[in-house]
Amino acid sequence: MKPSVVKAQPQDVLKDASMIKQKQMMAAHYDRLTQAPETGAKVASTFVPGNLNELIMCFDLVNNLPEVNAIQSGLRKQSGAYIMEAERAGHSEDVCTYVKSDIGMMMKGNIGPNGKKLPDPDVLLLSYTGCFTFLKWFELLREQYKCPTIFLQTPYMADGKVTPNMIQYMVKQLKEDVIPTLEQVSGVKFDIDRLREYLKKSAQAEDDLVYILQTGKNKPSPIDAYFGGIYYIGPIFGAFRGTDDAIEYYRFLREEVDERLAKGLGPVTPDGPMAEEKYRLVVEGPPNYTSFRQFWKMFYDEGATVVASSYTKVGGTYDFGFRHDPDRPLESLAEYCLGVYTNRSLPMRIDMLCNYINEYEADGLLINSIKSCNSFSAGQLLIMREVEKRTGKPAAFIETDLVDPRYFSAANVKNRLESYFQMVEQKRSGKGAAA
Amino acid sequence: MTGKTVSEIVAYCEDLFDDLNFTSAREWKKAKPGRKVIGYMPIYVPRELIHAAGMLPLGIMGGGDNLEVIHGDAYYQSYICRIPRSTVELGVSGRLDFVDGMLFPSICDVIRNLSGMWKTMFPHVYSKYFDVPQTYKDEIGGVFYTGEMRELLHDLEEIAGHEITDDDIRASIEVYNENRRAIAELYALRAQKPWQAPASEAYLVIRAGLVLPVEEHTKVVRDYIAAAAAEERPLKDNSRVILTGMFCEQPPLNLIKSLELSGCYIVDDDFVLVSRWLIGDVPTEGDPVHNLSQAFLHRSMSTAAKYEPNQVEKGQFLVRAVKATGAEGVIFASTSFCDPALLDRPILQNVLKQAGIPYIAFKYAENSGQMQPIREQAGTFVDSIKLWSAA
Ligand code: SF4
Ligand code: SF4
Repeated sequence: MKPSVVKAQPQDVLKDASMIKQKQMMAAHYDRLTQAPETGAKVASTFVPGNLNELIMCFDLVNNLPEVNAIQSGLRKQSGAYIMEAERAGHSEDVCTYVKSDIGMMMKGNIGPNGKKLPDPDVLLLSYTGCFTFLKWFELLREQYKCPTIFLQTPYMADGKVTPNMIQYMVKQLKEDVIPTLEQVSGVKFDIDRLREYLKKSAQAEDDLVYILQTGKNKPSPIDAYFGGIYYIGPIFGAFRGTDDAIEYYRFLREEVDERLAKGLGPVTPDGPMAEEKYRLVVEGPPNYTSFRQFWKMFYDEGATVVASSYTKVGGTYDFGFRHDPDRPLESLAEYCLGVYTNRSLPMRIDMLCNYINEYEADGLLINSIKSCNSFSAGQLLIMREVEKRTGKPAAFIETDLVDPRYFSAANVKNRLESYFQMVEQKRSGKGAAA
Repeated sequence: MTGKTVSEIVAYCEDLFDDLNFTSAREWKKAKPGRKVIGYMPIYVPRELIHAAGMLPLGIMGGGDNLEVIHGDAYYQSYICRIPRSTVELGVSGRLDFVDGMLFPSICDVIRNLSGMWKTMFPHVYSKYFDVPQTYKDEIGGVFYTGEMRELLHDLEEIAGHEITDDDIRASIEVYNENRRAIAELYALRAQKPWQAPASEAYLVIRAGLVLPVEEHTKVVRDYIAAAAAEERPLKDNSRVILTGMFCEQPPLNLIKSLELSGCYIVDDDFVLVSRWLIGDVPTEGDPVHNLSQAFLHRSMSTAAKYEPNQVEKGQFLVRAVKATGAEGVIFASTSFCDPALLDRPILQNVLKQAGIPYIAFKYAENSGQMQPIREQAGTFVDSIKLWSAA
């Protein structure tokens, strides 16, 4: 069943038409999920990094992403209660709050963002890519759902390169474990040409996504590549990569961004178009979702635009040329998984951030360190110092959490940001004086 | 039989444990020109390969409670466990300046990321993230793993400046088989007569294996077994418990002693898992790398850092350990902020609940100082076990 789409015309709904379209896509997707018991559709749960959406679609499975559900709970301010529920049931206060939000939500009846119950998964596709927690998360879910669990290991790109051993390992897992089990669960025979079709579509949308993210190089940047970026990556990181909907969405978004670019406009914020672009930042780390608007406001109120971010690469890194490739279907799925941001070594991450600061002519680096997330956070203080050293640009460090409201201290974050902006100013005037 | 007493052996091991300059490893290196030392972190690396290269594998398990961490805290947020910061401290303070390479095994994202930090901080030292398969089919995980081991061997050959032959590896496997047998005997003795070989002593004896050449260590273990078995020690009215969750950041020695003082006989644990990771002998005939891979895939320990493909099997290792050692309860002792241990804990606790095995849980850090609460908690647990078994 194809989600219903209302065609938004760029000239009608000027600024946020892409957002409206995305909302419709998401709503349709959640309806597909919650209607699964009636339609008989089968559901696969999986993760955003290493999300094999094209493959999942080959088996007519509906893709359910617990991380996205946790984000939705965070944005709707429900995650706090879910996390407490999980902690009361014995989950440690120290571990990732995505997991606890998901488990708490399950304990409270698994009600999705559309107010209806999310179905139990028919299969857990444990794509172990870039995060150790995934492995435990799905062991925890498996205990509850007792459904088939498919494990796909993505080796870590520790030495900055993909080796033939890594690719062979992943392709073998896909051929011998992942695909046969998906066939069994779904009752649908695997058709590699169908996969190729989807991959072709993925690449098309990926081209547009890269174009959009790279418009951040302009001055002013027509996009905010962190707060706005989170919307931009939604469809392609979620259940839409490989669909016509995604192609349409990104083409549409591209037109929208191009229009702003042509007019020399900055990004659109929840309070309307951004005024003057005073600071250009690169941000490392996920955002906080429980106070998302408030957090964003602290930036745009000061005239700070995020011109590039690492978070928009967690579900796939496309800006260095990788595209899903219909001619090498399984290999390219493997390469996709290997390349996601959290599967990249620390030196690769440092290089990437330095590169962003230079190419996007940013004023500096801001790290939002997430308490939940060892994958991102362990090593970020070294990243900060290295990037500062190599680029000569100031860096700052703030600490929040993804979906646990207890770890978002608005006053602290605001203070930090304000002194950071001052630091940027000083650096600028210092530079001016020295020149 | 050397005739050494238990206290002499334990004192020797405790000196090694306390020595944060790794003097014995430094001396080993100095004793012959061209010798190399390769450090490794928890949870497991195939030390046989390092040994086969003629090098000393040196286990680094953080800085314990005696290391003053001056620089390390500047590298980590407060919500990250302690072992990486004390390990960074060891590196930055020059205590590892004689180490020619560092291996960071696949255990969690903290140690994974530390591998990259090491590359950045010590660009002239060989450092490698050592990936292992989390899938256990010969043709899939097995092939990947032998590929990874061959890659490591290739690197070690470069560092050593000479080839490492299959015969070298076979010989090293045999030496480590001997070590594994000795350690298995020590654990068997502890399970049988924990009053003769208390955990706090056995722990030091096992830990000595991280810094000593394996041949020497096997001797130390055997000496200890002989001395401990020979010594008359009083049997106390303690309860037999299994400790689990301590597979990475190590507890302060005092914590182990405190548990014993509060009435626990610790009959099994997951300290220093590298020394018991492969269960039983690894065959020495045929392709040695393949043999190491087979042992890893099919005959290795279960722990939180490892994926269990079979839902029915999940956590059963603990139930089996309880039965095998006659334990009366399980103590979950996890490092604060340790994702693998803490995420796994609720699953394991459910398994124990279903098996009717009592448990308690607490958290610690390698530098925890306050033992009173842990002592009280463990004491109450022991009392309740006794009441329960009396009922
Ligand atoms: S630890 Fe980080 S990457 Fe992993 S699930 Fe949690 S937030 Fe996501
Ligand atoms: S203590 Fe746990 S979280 Fe910390 S490095 Fe060890 S395994 Fe990782």
